[in-house]
Amino acid sequence: MGILEVKGVSKRFGGLQALNDVNLSVKENTVHAIIGPNGAGKSTLLNCFVGKLIPDSGSVMFNGQSVLGRKPHEINQMGIARVFQTPEIFTDLTVMENVMISCFARRDGSFRLHPFETVMHEKDIIEQAEQMLIDVNMIDKREMHAASLSRGDKRRLEMAMCLAQEPKLLLLDEPTAGMARADTNNTIDLLKEIKQKRDITMAIIEHDMHVVFSLAERITVLAQGTPLVEDTPDNIKGHPKVKEAYLGESA
Amino acid sequence: MKLFGLSAKDTRFLIIVILLTMFTPILLQPFPEGSALATFNAGYPDLMQRIAIFGIFAIGFNILFGLTGYLSFGHAAFLGIGSYTVVWMYKLLDYNVIWGLPLAVITSGLFALLIGYVSLRRSGIYFSILTLAFAQMSYNLAYSVLTPITNGETGLQVYPSDAQVLMGATEPTSPHLFGIVLRENFWQPTIGGWQFTFNNGYYFTAIIAIVLFYLSLRIFRSPFGLMLRAIKTNQTRLNYTGINTRPYTLAAFVISGMYAGLAGGLMAAMDPLSGAERMQWTASGEVVLMVILGGAGTLMGPVLGAGFIKYLENIFSKINDSILHGWFGALPDGLENFIIGVSHFFVGKSWHLTSGLMFMLVVIFLPGGLVEGGARIRNLFRRGKSPKGADTAHPPAPVANAAEKEEF
Repeated sequence: MGILEVKGVSKRFGGLQALNDVNLSVKENTVHAIIGPNGAGKSTLLNCFVGKLIPDSGSVMFNGQSVLGRKPHEINQMGIARVFQTPEIFTDLTVMENVMISCFARRDGSFRLHPFETVMHEKDIIEQAEQMLIDVNMIDKREMHAASLSRGDKRRLEMAMCLAQEPKLLLLDEPTAGMARADTNNTIDLLKEIKQKRDITMAIIEHDMHVVFSLAERITVLAQGTPLVEDTPDNIKGHPKVKEAYLGESA
Repeated sequence: MKLFGLSAKDTRFLIIVILLTMFTPILLQPFPEGSALATFNAGYPDLMQRIAIFGIFAIGFNILFGLTGYLSFGHAAFLGIGSYTVVWMYKLLDYNVIWGLPLAVITSGLFALLIGYVSLRRSGIYFSILTLAFAQMSYNLAYSVLTPITNGETGLQVYPSDAQVLMGATEPTSPHLFGIVLRENFWQPTIGGWQFTFNNGYYFTAIIAIVLFYLSLRIFRSPFGLMLRAIKTNQTRLNYTGINTRPYTLAAFVISGMYAGLAGGLMAAMDPLSGAERMQWTASGEVVLMVILGGAGTLMGPVLGAGFIKYLENIFSKINDSILHGWFGALPDGLENFIIGVSHFFVGKSWHLTSGLMFMLVVIFLPGGLVEGGARIRNLFRRGKSPKGADTAHPPAPVANAAEKEEF
């Protein structure tokens, strides 16, 4: 039984069958990659996990509980954090404040009226946030405005914000999209480091095969809304069906 | 020095604000009586009290608009509700403002809860339109349908036939606080050519304004304030960080509604009447103008903006032909008439043109409002003062409080 169990999920947008009877199981403490050509339904599937989309049929169970019909913030509080294709951070706030918001969300839940406490008196939160920034090598940038960070650092900050919540499952939507090779390698190292340091399950949607094969322990190949095959990276590399669907005839 | 749970820097800031407020009757009276520039003196009770009241209104509005970015166009509704509540307490109990003001906060808070709950289902322009619709609805209700409660066109006021069950035989017959009559002056010294007026009502309003300013300072520095700023920046991220943004925005809306209600109540404490026009959309627009002019999202901005607009409204509008002739009388006739002709567009009844131009200039050149202007001037002086080489000897202070720094 995986931490994330997807059974018979289908989603239709008008005439397009985006997802067709998808079954998927993400085992606890593994890195599971979902790959496939453009339009295979990867992002649609991810959006079904986080409450942005509700599938037409099927079930998505996280830790034994259904996530369907719940709002994004409720699903997050269940323990699913998400990294976006373009980093979503609080650009008007400082790096430190960005991470502190995650710490507050973890401690106080989805809403708490605390208008007369003072941020700078929250010793525990400050300590946690600082520790998190040390972990991702950003402590020297703590007072910088998030808007002025480089793209690689924005990604790093977004990961720090997700990790500060100590999620059970981290969803990554093309975490290296549009990055230079050096930044991509940094991100791979960061993710490996994260995986080493803590018990965390990751589900990655990715185009870049280099990233996928350096990180993933299991790979699901999606084509035209249907999972073709699920296996280890070594087996996927040589799989004829995958070559045909994903890499094209010429490969 | 640290006071009331504030950082040393904020404590200093608060003390400066308190001192400025306490000495306003002197600071706004820089020109001796009878001099040509005496027109520009603003140290009379009515205007000072108005500035303090609109300062409160703007401080509250800033908690919603400045922090969360939700632009309400209907906050005048709460102003009106506050006024009506206080006048009703005069009619039912007595002229002591102690009954009406807390109740004004409660009633406006309840209305804000209702209006906010519905309006906050939408964001951006749709939110603004919804709040505008609610405010115009309130205005029209107050103007006609609810005449038994609001006295419609005439406006609500106290009549000799009213119950006033707590009214004592020797009690003052105008708004007062436990016998201290608000419209009376407690000290009117004339020092040299200068005349100063120290008024009960102004100091009553000013003390409330300081307390409310302090509360807004605490909100700015609280985790709640941090969440509100995060809402303005990126609601998507906040939702995917496990935060339900709706109750946060609703709380900000209700708090700002309560500030508005109290401001409305204080208007009725200045003058024991209340009319529907207080709820009209122009009044809602005015507070938006004040906050943007002063600097949205800053602490001092709303107060500065309120002061500026009320000053222009009261001082520029009272400059008439005879005052202009007094100033330019020494010039040759043709030139005098020309200057007075041009001035006509900017003073007297046309003061709106002056405020409009100022607003445009600020929005175009100082998007951060007057506060940004002040910061720029300060930086200019700092750079001007330090001779070359001084910067290396005293490296600029680390940006330890980058967030705090730009909030002033």
